[in-house]
Amino acid sequence: MNYHVGIDLGSTTTKAVILGETGPILGRGITNSRSNYDVACQIVLSEALINTRFSLVESELDRAGVEDTRKAQLLAELGRKFRMQQYLAQLRALEEDLTELLQRIHPSGFLPSVQKILSRMHDEAAGLFAEGATRKSDFFRDLAGSRYLKLAEAESLENKEVRFDYLVGLFDKAILEVENSPSAAGTFEAHAEAALAQMSEADESLQGAVERVMDIELKQVGSVGTGYGRQRLPFPEGQIRSEILCHGLGAHAMFSTTRTVLDIGGQDTKAIQVDEQGIVTSFQMNDRCAAGCGRYLGYIADEMNLGLHELGPLARDSRRPVRINSTCTVFAGAELRERLSLGEKREDILAGLHRAIILRAMSLLARSGGVKNEFTFTGGVAKNPAAVDALKKLVSENYGCDIKINISPDSIYTGALGAALFASRESRRASQAATSN
Amino acid sequence: MPNSTEKAGIQKDSSQLRQKKMLAEHFTRLAHAPETGEKSAYTFVPGNMTELLLSFDILPVLPEINALQSAMRGKTKDYIAVAEKLGHSEDVCTYVKSDVGMLKTGNVGPTGERLPEPDLLLLSYTGCFTFMKWFEILREEYHCPVVMIHVPYQGEGQITDSMRQYVVDQIRQKLIPTLEKITGKRYDEDRLKECLARSARAEDDLVWVLQSAKNRPSPIDAYFGGVYYIGPIFSSFRGTEDAIEYYQALRSEIEESIRLGKGPMTPDGELTEERYRIVVEGPPNWTNFREFWKMFADEGAVVVASTYTKVGGVYDFGFRHDPSRPIETLAEYCMGCYTNLNLPSRVDMLASYVRDYRADGFLINSVKSCNSFSAGQLHILREVENRVGKPGGFIESDLVDPRYFSAANIKNRLESYFQMIEQKRLGGGEAA
Repeated sequence: MNYHVGIDLGSTTTKAVILGETGPILGRGITNSRSNYDVACQIVLSEALINTRFSLVESELDRAGVEDTRKAQLLAELGRKFRMQQYLAQLRALEEDLTELLQRIHPSGFLPSVQKILSRMHDEAAGLFAEGATRKSDFFRDLAGSRYLKLAEAESLENKEVRFDYLVGLFDKAILEVENSPSAAGTFEAHAEAALAQMSEADESLQGAVERVMDIELKQVGSVGTGYGRQRLPFPEGQIRSEILCHGLGAHAMFSTTRTVLDIGGQDTKAIQVDEQGIVTSFQMNDRCAAGCGRYLGYIADEMNLGLHELGPLARDSRRPVRINSTCTVFAGAELRERLSLGEKREDILAGLHRAIILRAMSLLARSGGVKNEFTFTGGVAKNPAAVDALKKLVSENYGCDIKINISPDSIYTGALGAALFASRESRRASQAATSN
Repeated sequence: MPNSTEKAGIQKDSSQLRQKKMLAEHFTRLAHAPETGEKSAYTFVPGNMTELLLSFDILPVLPEINALQSAMRGKTKDYIAVAEKLGHSEDVCTYVKSDVGMLKTGNVGPTGERLPEPDLLLLSYTGCFTFMKWFEILREEYHCPVVMIHVPYQGEGQITDSMRQYVVDQIRQKLIPTLEKITGKRYDEDRLKECLARSARAEDDLVWVLQSAKNRPSPIDAYFGGVYYIGPIFSSFRGTEDAIEYYQALRSEIEESIRLGKGPMTPDGELTEERYRIVVEGPPNWTNFREFWKMFADEGAVVVASTYTKVGGVYDFGFRHDPSRPIETLAEYCMGCYTNLNLPSRVDMLASYVRDYRADGFLINSVKSCNSFSAGQLHILREVENRVGKPGGFIESDLVDPRYFSAANIKNRLESYFQMIEQKRLGGGEAA
């Protein structure tokens, strides 16, 4: 089966979208690997291919006539079991790396403690992926990291010979190897059978579907890369597109009547106007500094000792938002402390900060040509409910309440989707050229 | 208007070597002015009255050209730091701060020779308010005579008789008597007329050179290359035989390029494939000039017309210095500078460039330093887009402060802009 892939290298995460030859989205992948771009691309492609095989399994179940509720149950359970197998494989890789490190750096003392921690992590795995279990992040670094730190803390309290900071240092070194190795995470083929074997009850149609999907050869026939650092993507120059064009086309593919797109990512904000074909007609970006971008919220979260995802909900509790004008990322901490020292409430400050970010975006939108119906909001900040509230309010105040605002749950993949569509279009153009010759 | 061809890395044609020699000789004369007794006047490119100064044998010095040349030589970071240390805010025009920094560190000009102290500060264009403040600062340093000629803005899009007379009166009543006093020479109108006649001849050839970009492929880049072409006529050489000869030589070279079907020179040699024809509004960035140029050249983008090459005179819509009306023509010249035009006139001009030069789009480089240029540019962008139906682009940088050139951001926007043009060309039905 032939496929096209689009890869979006963001400043925080790398995303991939896989399209089949006829156009539907087959798979998506995301990684927070901070290694070099080649590795990030390999990892994210590998993730997207796994996701693709899951969609193929779903198609096979459809073809086999499995009823929808049953199909959803089967796929969800298979997904959980698969992720657990993947997690265990990565844990084994982590153990190997830690052991190797310890033999090199600390020949004695630490190994039993580390093995004890990893053994407990192994035992906990089933609970992490149990039905109904919630995980703050599915990235192995975050998932394994939070458990390791907790267990390492307990271990260092129990055993005074083993210092907590040493254990953390070891993890920080070893995790780099694991998270940057596509082989540690493995492929669909590597874990699917084990996952099937773990299912609460055997299901013939699922078994058959997985087997058939494993036999499908997935062949990449086109790729396009985008995002910051796209010059260094492991693609030829002709296969690289600006993320502005990719976001425009991706938003058009998600919501076909989109005319204005706002993307607030980690380090830039883009206001884009597109025509009825998804072609960009005008755009504006923040210049010179990342004031008011996602990274700003990251700093604020760090300053407040909160997770990024906790900011929005807290800001929503505000009753009297504080008026804040500066969105300078560098001064974010100073601004925050100043407000706190004046006795302002955290939620009121946060509400003011969210509004300030959106005000800055509104200025870019105005400069790009305003907000037209329909309006699509993408990027990591689109997941923040307080930012969305502020945006809805300001759009309504400035452009009327008839503007339809679209936010897709998959908005983080908008750029990658646009890139995949460009890849698919290129292939089509090449084959048309070949036919006409 | 740089003089350093090595910095730009372009091939030196005989016209360029000639320009380099002209500038070297000029700066040597300036350096030796204290011994030879030659007088000098500091003045600005827009509205400069070079012919009148030359008719009194006064050597012009152009501080904003010194600033941009300092930027190309990598000096402005330190110069600006010196000026900021003296209390000039980060928000002040960076040409001013570069000039102040240069002045405070020995006043060594672009050829490495020291510039003389001015005998006169001549401001003959007041469309830029900062120019006035700039010379107030220099007056505190040099304590020399200052002439400030108030130049009315073309708010209604035209020069009226009373506007012309207002400037003529100032030239006659204020400037000429001061020049006579400084030099001890009588005003010689015949000599001025001879200079103006030579200006008009050079202006004819300059216009031909700039309009050669209407060819496909364009033999010149009318922005990055254009700033070299305007060098002599916008600075100290308008009205000289040297300028006439320079523009004749340049014209011959370009005629030859057209005959051979050659594209313009770029930092990496001749551009062989013209992919995008662009009109540019706004000054270039000087601190990263070569890098900035390469961002265009690497994408096969050629600038076919630019407004920046009109800051020292808008000649391509017919204006020529007219020796039969010597003072009136100088007054009209002052009021006809690009930044003295109102927004509708600037929109008309850009729209006509996009059409006449068969451009694929137009791009604004908005610089932090210059409100004369930057105010109203977004309005211009939308208006021109509506008029010509071609995509507009917007990037931001600065004149000579390297802190305001974010290469990644600018490259990102430029690439996106060129790809946007490409997508528009491919047209509908392809997008989804």
